[in-house]
Amino acid sequence: MSEAILSEKAKKSIKTKSEMTSVGKCAVGTEISGSQAVIEALFAEGVTDFFGYPGGAIMPIYDALYDYQDTINHILVRHEQGGIHAAQGYARTSGKVGVVFATSGPGATNLVTGLADAQIDSTPVVCITGQVFAHLLGTDAFQETDVINITTPITKWNYQVTDANEIPSVLAKAFYIAKSGRPGPVLIDITKNAQVQKFTYPGYKPCTHIRSYRPKPIVRKEYIQAAAELINKAERPFVLLGQGVILGNAENEFRAFIEKGGLPTAWTVLGLSALPTDHPLNVGMLGMHGNYGPNVLTNECDVLIAVGMRFDDRVTGRLDKYAKQAKIIHLDIDPAEIDKNVHATVPVWGDCKETLPLITSLLKNKQHENWLNKFKELRKQEEEVVITPELHPDGDMMTMGEVFNVLNDLTKGDAVIVTDVGQHQMVSCRYAKFTQSRSNVTSGGLGTMGFALPSAIGAKFGAPQRNVIAVIGDGGFQMTLQELGTIMQFNVDVKIIILNNHFLGMVRQWQQLFHDKRYSFVNITSPDFVALAKAYSIDGKSISKRENLRSALQEMLNHNGSYLLEIMVGKENNVFPMVPQGCGVAEIRLK
Amino acid sequence: MKQEFTITVYAENHIGLLNRIAIMFSRRKINIESLNTSPSEVEGIHRFTIVINEVEDVVKKLIRQIEKQVEVLKAYYNNNDEIVWQELALYKVSTDKVIEDVKVERLLRQYGARAVVIRKDYTVFETSGHREEIDKLTEVLGGFGLIEFVRSARVAIINASKGFYEKLKEFEEEKPRTEIVENEFLDKQDEVFSM
Repeated sequence: MSEAILSEKAKKSIKTKSEMTSVGKCAVGTEISGSQAVIEALFAEGVTDFFGYPGGAIMPIYDALYDYQDTINHILVRHEQGGIHAAQGYARTSGKVGVVFATSGPGATNLVTGLADAQIDSTPVVCITGQVFAHLLGTDAFQETDVINITTPITKWNYQVTDANEIPSVLAKAFYIAKSGRPGPVLIDITKNAQVQKFTYPGYKPCTHIRSYRPKPIVRKEYIQAAAELINKAERPFVLLGQGVILGNAENEFRAFIEKGGLPTAWTVLGLSALPTDHPLNVGMLGMHGNYGPNVLTNECDVLIAVGMRFDDRVTGRLDKYAKQAKIIHLDIDPAEIDKNVHATVPVWGDCKETLPLITSLLKNKQHENWLNKFKELRKQEEEVVITPELHPDGDMMTMGEVFNVLNDLTKGDAVIVTDVGQHQMVSCRYAKFTQSRSNVTSGGLGTMGFALPSAIGAKFGAPQRNVIAVIGDGGFQMTLQELGTIMQFNVDVKIIILNNHFLGMVRQWQQLFHDKRYSFVNITSPDFVALAKAYSIDGKSISKRENLRSALQEMLNHNGSYLLEIMVGKENNVFPMVPQGCGVAEIRLK
Repeated sequence: MKQEFTITVYAENHIGLLNRIAIMFSRRKINIESLNTSPSEVEGIHRFTIVINEVEDVVKKLIRQIEKQVEVLKAYYNNNDEIVWQELALYKVSTDKVIEDVKVERLLRQYGARAVVIRKDYTVFETSGHREEIDKLTEVLGGFGLIEFVRSARVAIINASKGFYEKLKEFEEEKPRTEIVENEFLDKQDEVFSM
């Protein structure tokens, strides 16, 4: 194989293990199996950790993997859904492509939720699924499922390989498509005959161009000028920060942009952590459970600048009452997002890492003090009615907010917080503090309960030096708790906080507010979580009293290895503020 | 207001792409009135011709979503004034009826139908044209014992198109295309610019 396509790690392994023939490298021109070519591809793409679960139709690939155990770290999960969520968590903290293996049939269908999640949240993931022999396709063979057609709407690209000769180029395409442009999940289905087929290895050449695929639209100067012009003239500019800034590694460019223009900035759930919480221009969270000021003032700004976000309905509320007074500048790498939900006055197509500095260079140094003060005034109102009672409650029962308040104190905002879906997720986004990007891992678009525990495992492998804390509700935890087994087997150092309110809290909140308190099947009974963790050799504790909160969190953080802390919180607490469904953002309720 | 639009998609000829395109319509509960896939003027590039009834705003967004698919090179949408189109129909009628009834022969002449197969028991005629013409002939032939009828999907040529050869060259280059995705802003530049 040519030098140019060897990863650094591969070079090292060749130097130290020169006697090896298959481990690390297969020589170009030798006869190898399709399965070996799969692992070679991962190796060449610099994959160090990945997730998977073996089964009949992917056994040849796992057999090839046997010889690579000392060079690539495969993490055996307990369920394929856990595997793909872990790959997502890995991608989110590391910025690399997450990889997951699964077998055909049920193995592949178990990936579906994660694929849909990765698709809607633009997470780069490559899934490799085994498939029955090509001659059995369409015969209802054992564990045969039409995975390609099932996953077509929820993948950026998918492809079925039936001939080993295709494997190197198809996997190169898969990685290129997954990570370039607007990232997304790719699924490659490989029939068993292709896995065992021997072919002459042509080497691995990373893909850099596909003629039918343009990852980035060209940056157009006139739009840049028009955008800068609008911002310079604006009296009440308002910036919306989305995940595009994180995906484009453009956090520094973004900061330079808002600092030069003195632009107040609010973030979406997925944009969270790209801008430090205590940045003076950070005015808080957008959307249904976002902060009061950003929602109300969306309808008072004169220029709205959306960066790498897609105007999700949870952000905009009713579209016909959304920022109608404002001129809208929309920066996005995906042309299909422009004008999709909100009409853009000036569309700025392109990678925000390129477009933001171009706009910044045309900006006047400005400060919008009076305008920024409006956010501060509304913040005060929100503090009085919502934030202070949440963070410093009078009642006996603990609130979710006060847990984050103490946690912020102890972590200084340096931890990766992985959340599940529901009330605790919204409370986490509202109150958790962040000092660095890629620190908030959550299922935004799809709202997948059960996401947190497995994705925390992946998040830890993606950022091994950082503290990873999974915060999960009592409902969501029970959806994927089998992954405690993965944590046990691979000594994954994740801290798990279960915020237990004995309810499926968010649904209960809606039933209380909009369904006359008819609590229909939201009362959920939980096992003894601490005993459960103990069964997996994970230490833990359960607390229900405020005086134990700080010490328990400290004990958890100090603990060597994984730890489960169950915190009993108020049963019928609600998350506020709230933009009720069908209302405009300015109709946000403080209580 | 909903109207008829013809969507032309240039794409790689890959298995599964038809499904990928078709589900973009079904996801939005849009019925495909007619769908044709064929080679295009460029070897190796396939051309989909899809007819739907929709409002222009929805079609515009759909086109962007279609173009976003990895294996799609380009998608266009046109109303009926911007294209030349044809559909083809085959009719099977009893040969006796054609011989007996002079009206049938006259009808077929009037609609420019041509005989494709003549057998003792039946004759197959072919005609091509717009939907309304074909429908009309079908209707009148119904009265004379039409045994079988089939109509093809629409095929359409875009009046303003200069073909895909030049475009493809651009696509094959490893740099971003200069194509401007149309946007209303382009018509309103005067309002926004003052630099």
